Amino acid sequence: MSGQHTGNTSIAPKIEQASLSEKLGQRAPLLLVPVLALVGFAAIANPSTWLTLTAAGLAMGMMIFLMASGLTLVFGLMDVINFGHGAFIAIGAFVGFSVLGYLSGWTAEPSIWLNLAALLPAIVVAMLVAGGAGYVFERFIVKPVYGQHLKQILVTMGGLIIAQQLILVVWGPDAIHLSRPETLRGSILFGDAAIEKYRLVAVVIGLGLFIGMRLVLNRTKIGLLVRAGVENGEMVEALGYRIQRLFLAVFIVGSALAGLGGVMWGLYQETITAHMGSEIMVLIFIVVIIGGLGSVEGCFIGALLVGLLSNYVAFLMPKASLVSTIALMVIVLMWRPQGLYPVVKAK
Amino acid sequence: MLTNLLSGDTPRSRVLTIVLLVIFVSLLLAPFLFPGTRSLETAARICIFVVLVASYDLLLGYTGIVSFAHTMFFGIGAYGAAIALNHMGASFLSILVGAIAGAVVAAVLALAIGLFSLRVKAIFFAMVTLAVASAFLVLVSQLSGITGGEDGLNYKIPRELTPAFKLSSERLFGVRLDGKLLAYYFVFFISLALFLLMLRFVNSPFGRVLQAVRENAFRAEAIGYRVVNYRTLASVLSAVVAALAGVLLAVWLRYTGPATTLSLEIMVDILLMVVIGGMGTMYGAVIGATLFILAQTYLQNLMAVAADATEAVPLLSALLSPDRWLLWLGLLFVLSVYFFPTGIVGRLRGPEKCTTR
Repeated sequence: MSGQHTGNTSIAPKIEQASLSEKLGQRAPLLLVPVLALVGFAAIANPSTWLTLTAAGLAMGMMIFLMASGLTLVFGLMDVINFGHGAFIAIGAFVGFSVLGYLSGWTAEPSIWLNLAALLPAIVVAMLVAGGAGYVFERFIVKPVYGQHLKQILVTMGGLIIAQQLILVVWGPDAIHLSRPETLRGSILFGDAAIEKYRLVAVVIGLGLFIGMRLVLNRTKIGLLVRAGVENGEMVEALGYRIQRLFLAVFIVGSALAGLGGVMWGLYQETITAHMGSEIMVLIFIVVIIGGLGSVEGCFIGALLVGLLSNYVAFLMPKASLVSTIALMVIVLMWRPQGLYPVVKAK
Repeated sequence: MLTNLLSGDTPRSRVLTIVLLVIFVSLLLAPFLFPGTRSLETAARICIFVVLVASYDLLLGYTGIVSFAHTMFFGIGAYGAAIALNHMGASFLSILVGAIAGAVVAAVLALAIGLFSLRVKAIFFAMVTLAVASAFLVLVSQLSGITGGEDGLNYKIPRELTPAFKLSSERLFGVRLDGKLLAYYFVFFISLALFLLMLRFVNSPFGRVLQAVRENAFRAEAIGYRVVNYRTLASVLSAVVAALAGVLLAVWLRYTGPATTLSLEIMVDILLMVVIGGMGTMYGAVIGATLFILAQTYLQNLMAVAADATEAVPLLSALLSPDRWLLWLGLLFVLSVYFFPTGIVGRLRGPEKCTTR
């Protein structure tokens, strides 16, 4: 906290400048991803394997980010923690797979345009249905229990169970297998390192959405309102904006993103089950906690960290994969008890 | 004397007293009142789940924090006993060793989780416990060398607790006096003792502080209670009791596997029992567990009948099939959180505040 005085007149404004160490401290989380990648490089010691794993980790991280971003925004904006978020992931995946199955003639062709023509409606329909499910969820499950954390946790967990069981009713108890569109199969060779094409696509989509989300949040009026709502919802309301409606919109968009993430995750694994949502929720919670509840940037970094770490560890010590991400969470919480980028609420 | 045993926390409602007495007497005399293997299984399950649910109520109802790792502690106890019985032979000593080891591991783990996640926000706790519990489940199924993996462990229990052991060749009221009977009373009396112990906890000054933390953590902190310490201690206590309940299950079933102890489904069952019975009242655990397990055992058959009867209507039949049991539970759960937050005990006690003062 070293204040530097500018000029020698007494009325000159005092500009507080953060000290170097403080600035570094704020930026430190950004360095975590490259540091982790370097540590991974040292541990694996084989450049081509490392490249493959890093690409896989980044792709996984991007997909987790897609699914987690809605959850963290909803928490930041309305202090609602949605344990049923995984339901939208599963719903998106199942709907997307149904559409892809219907258009299986197009996905089997080796033409990239026909493949995309099949993939695009699948993604759109999945996002629409997941968004619609989000609307229903918000109205009937979350709305009656605003401001009561205990009941929220219980009720949204109940909602998750109901949604999973309904998926079982509609799509049957068996896991669904579906192969990726023809042109997204196989991998590209970089020297010795083989990188799956689909992973590159996932990285591109994830990065694109992150940039888009940042632009919306930082450059548009709606983004301004959302950020203001995160910091002080009552004030936004007092200024005449209906924060309820804003919140509903964020909830629906977050659910739709989860649906998109579900389709992409499903295509990544090529198998989906009704319980996939609650399985991924574990990773998502870890990511959200690491990033700091309510922070999109923190969520992004957390997702990349978790994706990279679980791929490295899965290669080095297959059994310790999930445990390692929990260890990462513990370490981050020891360093920053509120997560990497704590969201400061104005009270 | 009786009031002392109940730690001064009497049911305070005539109907509730009668219901509790009926449950108590039925469980006490279960082998004689309801002969047959299946009803004895049900009675023992009720005893064990009363303890498990009551220990969860200590956390959810009295302290106001949600944990999804309760089945993990339950499983730690069960696996502790199972592994000890597997490796040290079928003796009471190995049960004791397993129980102590399980309780200690559960306590240490609960302490670690509590210190990490209860420090900042109670809401972290729910997420962290969910993550840790699923990691534990994965770990247990992967370390098949120790835990038997997905198949679980089968083992022998002390001969005195098996049907092969004859106490006397005569029958008492037509019931064979064998080791199975002893095993049931082993489960019953330990459950009873654990339940009374927890009743003691929640009615002690410590329990009062927990309720203060639940009602207003900020004020409790201002009065001078370290909220984090109380929350963590509550979670450790509840973990230890859950582990002991797990030991009872392991001894009774002679089998321990992920599906019977660790699955998320059991966690949901526990949540439902607490909510239906009534949060923040130890007696709610008794009523919730009894009702739920009776329904689980006997109502699922009814659902199968209903599903067969509606076979002509495809969707309805799918909804009514016994596999969709969890769907109806989920609905019931959400509805009871909304419309029935004080549970059965709260309703029976009437409009006066259901928390003890």
